Amino acid sequence: MKYPLTIAAIALAALMPPAEAAALRESGDPLDSARWSEMQKAFLAGAPVLFDPRVKVVAPSTAENPMQVPVTVDATALSGVAEVVVFADFNPIVQVLRFFPEDAPAFLGFRVKLQQSTPVRAAVRTADGVWHVGGTWVNTVGGGCTAPSAAGGSKEWQQRLNEVSGRQWSEGPNAGRLRMRIVHPMDTGLVAGTPAFFLEEINFADASGKRLMRVQTYEPVSENPVFTLQRATADGPVEASGRDNNGNAFKARIAQ
Amino acid sequence: MKRLVCVLLMLVAGRLGAADFDYRLTAVQVAKDVYAFIGKTEDFSTDNGGNIVNTAFIVAAQGVIVIDSGPSLRYGQQMRRAIASVTAKPIALVINTHHHPDHFLGNQAFADVPIAALAETRNGIAADGNAFAENLYRMSGDWMKGTEVQLPGKTLSAGIVDVAGRRLRLVALDGHTGADLVVVDPASGVVFAGDLAFNGRAPTTPHADVAHWLLALEQLEGLTREAGFKVLLPGHGAPTADAAPIRQTRAWLTWLSGAMRAAAKDGLDMNDVLARPLPAEFASLPVAASEYRRSVGHLFPAAELQALGAKP
Repeated sequence: MKYPLTIAAIALAALMPPAEAAALRESGDPLDSARWSEMQKAFLAGAPVLFDPRVKVVAPSTAENPMQVPVTVDATALSGVAEVVVFADFNPIVQVLRFFPEDAPAFLGFRVKLQQSTPVRAAVRTADGVWHVGGTWVNTVGGGCTAPSAAGGSKEWQQRLNEVSGRQWSEGPNAGRLRMRIVHPMDTGLVAGTPAFFLEEINFADASGKRLMRVQTYEPVSENPVFTLQRATADGPVEASGRDNNGNAFKARIAQ
Repeated sequence: MKRLVCVLLMLVAGRLGAADFDYRLTAVQVAKDVYAFIGKTEDFSTDNGGNIVNTAFIVAAQGVIVIDSGPSLRYGQQMRRAIASVTAKPIALVINTHHHPDHFLGNQAFADVPIAALAETRNGIAADGNAFAENLYRMSGDWMKGTEVQLPGKTLSAGIVDVAGRRLRLVALDGHTGADLVVVDPASGVVFAGDLAFNGRAPTTPHADVAHWLLALEQLEGLTREAGFKVLLPGHGAPTADAAPIRQTRAWLTWLSGAMRAAAKDGLDMNDVLARPLPAEFASLPVAASEYRRSVGHLFPAAELQALGAKP
């Protein structure tokens, strides 16, 4: 190994299965991306960084549809997760979203627009201030961010803007799961004549008003976003609320 | 020593073979006066140059009727030469069965003769043809050199037509794409199924409406039950004397659409669906894994919409 691990990382490695501990590293991007140092500066400046196999970023290695690339971030193997930032090194707009798992596990599924082949990464900040980074390469033919949204071709979305549908699963292998879709064009602003118009914030709260998760979304999130959350305990309805960058707010109840 | 040189020369020639852009098209006779060029049951690659599709021709009394023109200009040119080695008759008509690029990008080689398709297929080629061609340049590489979209200039509609002295029955169906033409040649008993039927290869679904496709398969199977039926030529895979490719395509589509609905109903995310293993029945089918992954992208969002109770 080129660089020695710090004492903190060695202590951490001692608690992990050997295979995962072997993959822990503080430098040398495992995805070998030319833009890693820029990404580190932009999102993780000054803080300690660990490439950590416990941060699982799942996405297809080849994207069939660059407008709707499914990404699942699972950092539930880490404890004390404060914040997760998701970015794609080679996208024209690199920042995809941030989420703050307050009373929900650090798990989020969503879809993203990718302009070209790129690493998709999740950096997970734990309570001790360390950023744990995981990621995967996605190959795509591109056009995801500079292609117009389907909504651009019709006027119907204006009547349906921020329309929410969704449900929760309380039984079976996916008990505790919540899935939600919102009608929104999520325009990137990179298509001539169409200004950026996208959801900025979504909050999920339980029946008692306690916040489960806060999600900050940016332009690369796909049109008509679909989110998948995993609740620790499926306990009653969830209220989803939020707004876009034009101030259009929504509030919806997702029944159990 | 001499033998070694020979072996080495053969090896070099073999390597060059891949780069000489020769599809080595051989016309296979499937019935009297009817021939087909049978493509590989693979995905597009720089090795096969897109020769993954079946094209065909009928030697009619006054000329040749070509059914689909292949994935590139080079394919079209080589196909035309291969036809000329079978018959000296002129090409009377080229038919494109649907608007997928492996079925019409050879049209350029037939620019001097009438090219015809269903109205919606003509519109589809006009709208998406260039994007399709661009995609094939990416997947098949230099085999595509010089290939441009040549639009069909004539519109076909369902019914009986007389072409070059041959009576053909045109059956307009849909489901694989928005318009899928089946050509029945009563004189030979051949049914040209286009991509409504796949044999020994997983079906592709980028423009599929599965419910419509299943209905189309019923009609197609009906054609194979008619008196005089002899051969079914699927769009991909070997021709058969029975309806086996229809049943195979139906089995795949029924499983696929059911699996998408069940997955959405169970709360699966698209990545969960992509990670699912294929049932044993389909796992060994050529390109099953890659077509499944593509089909999840095409078909899961609609199933998901329904499961989440969203309006389409």
